[in-house]
Amino acid sequence: MSDVTTAPVPRRNLELGLLALALAVVTGANYLVSLSNESGVEQKWLTQSVALACMALAVHVVLRIWAKYADPIILPVVVALNGIGLAMIHRVDNATGDNAASRQLLWTGIAVVAAIITLWAVRDHRILRRATYIFLALSAFLLVLPLIPGLGREINGARIWVGLGPFSFQPGEIAKITLAIFFAGYLSSNRDLILLAGRKIGPLQLPRYRDLGPMIVAWLVSIGVLVFQRDLGSSILFFGLFMVMIYVATGRISWIVIGLAFVAVGGVLAAQFMSHVTRRIDAWLNAFDPEVYNRAGGSFQIVQGLFGLGNGGLFGTGLGNGRPDLITYANSDMIVAALGEELGLFGITAVVMLYVLLVSRGIRAALGTRDAFGKLLAAGLSFTIGLQCFVVMGGVTRLIPLTGLTTPFLAAGGSSLLSNWIIVALLLLVSHGARRPAAVGLLTEPEKAGTAPGRRPHVPAAAAAPAAPAAPKEGAR
Amino acid sequence: MNQAIRNVWIAILVFFTAIMGSLTYIQFFAAPDLNANALNNRQLYRDFDLPRGAILVDGEPIAESVASDGDFKFQRVYHNAELYSHLTGFYSLTFGSKHLESVMNAELTGQSDSQFYDRLVNMLSGGTNEGASVELTIDPKLQRTAYNLLPDGVQGTIIVSNPKTGDILAMASKPSYDTNKLAVVSGSQSTTNMNKILETTGLSPNINPAIGHLIPPGSTFKILDTVAALESGKYDLDSVIDNPNSVTLPGSTAKLGNFEEGICSGQSKAKLSFIIAQSCNTPFVEISQAVGQDALRDVTERFGFGQQLQVPLRVTPSVFPADLNAAQLAQSSIGQFDVKATPLQMNMVAMGIANDGVIMKPNLIKQVVASDLKVIEAPKPEQFSTATSKEVADKVTELMLGPVQSGTAMSARIPGLEIAAKTGTAQIGNTGKVNSWITGFAPADDPQVAVTVVIEKVDYNTGHNLTSPSMKKILEAVFNK
Repeated sequence: MSDVTTAPVPRRNLELGLLALALAVVTGANYLVSLSNESGVEQKWLTQSVALACMALAVHVVLRIWAKYADPIILPVVVALNGIGLAMIHRVDNATGDNAASRQLLWTGIAVVAAIITLWAVRDHRILRRATYIFLALSAFLLVLPLIPGLGREINGARIWVGLGPFSFQPGEIAKITLAIFFAGYLSSNRDLILLAGRKIGPLQLPRYRDLGPMIVAWLVSIGVLVFQRDLGSSILFFGLFMVMIYVATGRISWIVIGLAFVAVGGVLAAQFMSHVTRRIDAWLNAFDPEVYNRAGGSFQIVQGLFGLGNGGLFGTGLGNGRPDLITYANSDMIVAALGEELGLFGITAVVMLYVLLVSRGIRAALGTRDAFGKLLAAGLSFTIGLQCFVVMGGVTRLIPLTGLTTPFLAAGGSSLLSNWIIVALLLLVSHGARRPAAVGLLTEPEKAGTAPGRRPHVPAAAAAPAAPAAPKEGAR
Repeated sequence: MNQAIRNVWIAILVFFTAIMGSLTYIQFFAAPDLNANALNNRQLYRDFDLPRGAILVDGEPIAESVASDGDFKFQRVYHNAELYSHLTGFYSLTFGSKHLESVMNAELTGQSDSQFYDRLVNMLSGGTNEGASVELTIDPKLQRTAYNLLPDGVQGTIIVSNPKTGDILAMASKPSYDTNKLAVVSGSQSTTNMNKILETTGLSPNINPAIGHLIPPGSTFKILDTVAALESGKYDLDSVIDNPNSVTLPGSTAKLGNFEEGICSGQSKAKLSFIIAQSCNTPFVEISQAVGQDALRDVTERFGFGQQLQVPLRVTPSVFPADLNAAQLAQSSIGQFDVKATPLQMNMVAMGIANDGVIMKPNLIKQVVASDLKVIEAPKPEQFSTATSKEVADKVTELMLGPVQSGTAMSARIPGLEIAAKTGTAQIGNTGKVNSWITGFAPADDPQVAVTVVIEKVDYNTGHNLTSPSMKKILEAVFNK
């Protein structure tokens, strides 16, 4: 029984240790922010830190109960990012007199509760596959929601908000998840068809024309988001998500090539005919032109962000000593610039490393899980986090044109927090599914894992062994 | 499938590597350029949040930073702003800083070399760097008198200085403006205000007329001709010089005459005393040719023409043109052609004659006082140049008594006070407008003040009625007569 030595261990204590480290860093940051407050040291740092610690421990306990084999690194990384974000929002509040940090803390609470509900309700990510087309309908509903007159709200030119009384919400953030679930379900069921057919040109295995259908639909949806909601960031995100998931499903680079061609066509059309896209590209290319700089909707924001980053240099000004209040949206879209200014290149590198760690653990879960649906879902969701970081940070650092996406977990914004915490819950579940003893899904006694026959899937719902083309057809029942 | 997932992971790593590269570029390689970028106002914002020292006149602030609840912790406030605008300049978020606010910035922000030790202590003890206050040599009463003597709607400058120390006691110009209008935080508001200020003819917040306007000095330049003439040994107080009503300029057909209906026509040959008192022109054609342009230029340079000077505001160098032909030299000798002088330059001419030929460096700064009231800088009187000998200076002083006693500046006369002065009227082309001058000092035997009045671009009568009478009022104020 050599399998005994490789039998999975829960590793929840490691998670607890890492959580303590994350919370220590976050509490320290919050305390430093309080020190720099004009009107003397306030107690907000304490309430913020204690509240965040309670939430983190709640998730930790829930994981011990319902997903004890989940990846032990994901939760501490997310708590660290969320806490650093809270500290920075708190810091910007000090400069502007706003109270965004309290709202963010409230939303963190809501998001954590949502994540716990997800963990409790889903338990095993494979059940989501049964509702593939329900998630399609849900995605369509969420995307159309902001366009409904009276319900939708337009903020800064983008019509991606839904207003309910004093609250506003971006349904598109949730659509990111529902779309990922739909794509995962659809592709895991149909990948064989898409894989088998198609003509080969050189090294590229081209798909059949009819298999292009879903991609054209995804492309049209993305263009629709761009045209009707005027949200370049979400548009890029949706299409990137689909492109990567179909690539993962088929393993064919031709999909990426075709997808990039679609992006090129869409990009050129948008740059030509959509004024808000044209303006952003102009502000990106000619950021330091005084005329562009001073223009309404010009490059002021991005250039101020660059000045902030430059002011921070290698070591940063220190928390509370920079001028993030000079940057518009310093606590949301531009939070990376604010962090870069006060924490310096070294500090912001640490933050980027946290993201690399988070995405890598998500990818690890995708590699480890045994079902195609889980692989697609985890890879797709991890990729959205990575892509979203790239689009935002690339925009702030002038690598690409700036688009209005939020930095996951860091930026002020309830919808984004909520959706990202749900994504984390799903990633945790997939990783739990990947690492738990194989029999657990059927047997009630995980302690008997030692007798389980290794890692070979005996779980019927586990669609296929990795890369095995002959997937059973029971998926889309 | 797993291979594809690994490829996705590699793609994400490429994304993050690109971000790290971009951040490294911005925060390390491009940071110095970004910090120095003209659009970058972070340094300015940093300065605006620091207590900035005051500018004081006789112990009272004319510019100070007061605590503010606005966007910044401090707001710059100017008192009697119009009176001092051309001295203090402004400290503006939108337009930067100007004049004393600019040249004394290091002291006002506590960054000057002499404040190094305090900075060090503050750095170690965590205290804030407080700027020092700058006290001016200006006498507030004289400054107000001078400013009020200039009527609204007229471009003019009055300078009063102490020829023995170089201290500038008053330096007032009109038109003026309210510097507070440029110190407002709102960029659009200050831009609107700036545009309104610039609508006024002859007014620029960037130029102090007393040191920045180059004006043909007219007959006040004859002081320098006389110095050159006496130094040459070819002329003395007893010399009798031809004084025709009009002469043809050498090498030219153009004529140069004495002032129409003037008293000059009363003597066809005259001594320097008469020529200076009545400001006759024609004798200087002969004198300038006899002395030569090199000797004359040498005199002008000793008196400050073409020299760099900071008081500590930067003074625009006055101009005596090079390579003059005979006709141009003749015209230059009566302060026309391309001869141009700042009001301060002609005040320095009076200062040099008054102080036995030695010009003391004009200076506006009395002392720099740290926030703990310790005096960290107190400029001592400094010699600018030896412009001429005591002997020549004494003779020119004697000649300059004439205009006030019996000549062109009789309206400056004050019983019981000997005033040495020279008037000037420079025609501006054929516009009918003139630049009207008077520069001089009193008392002649022991000069306490040198006074210069310039009224720019006015008709002859307006100018004439403003220059000598203004000098009289200033001297009355100085000597309490």
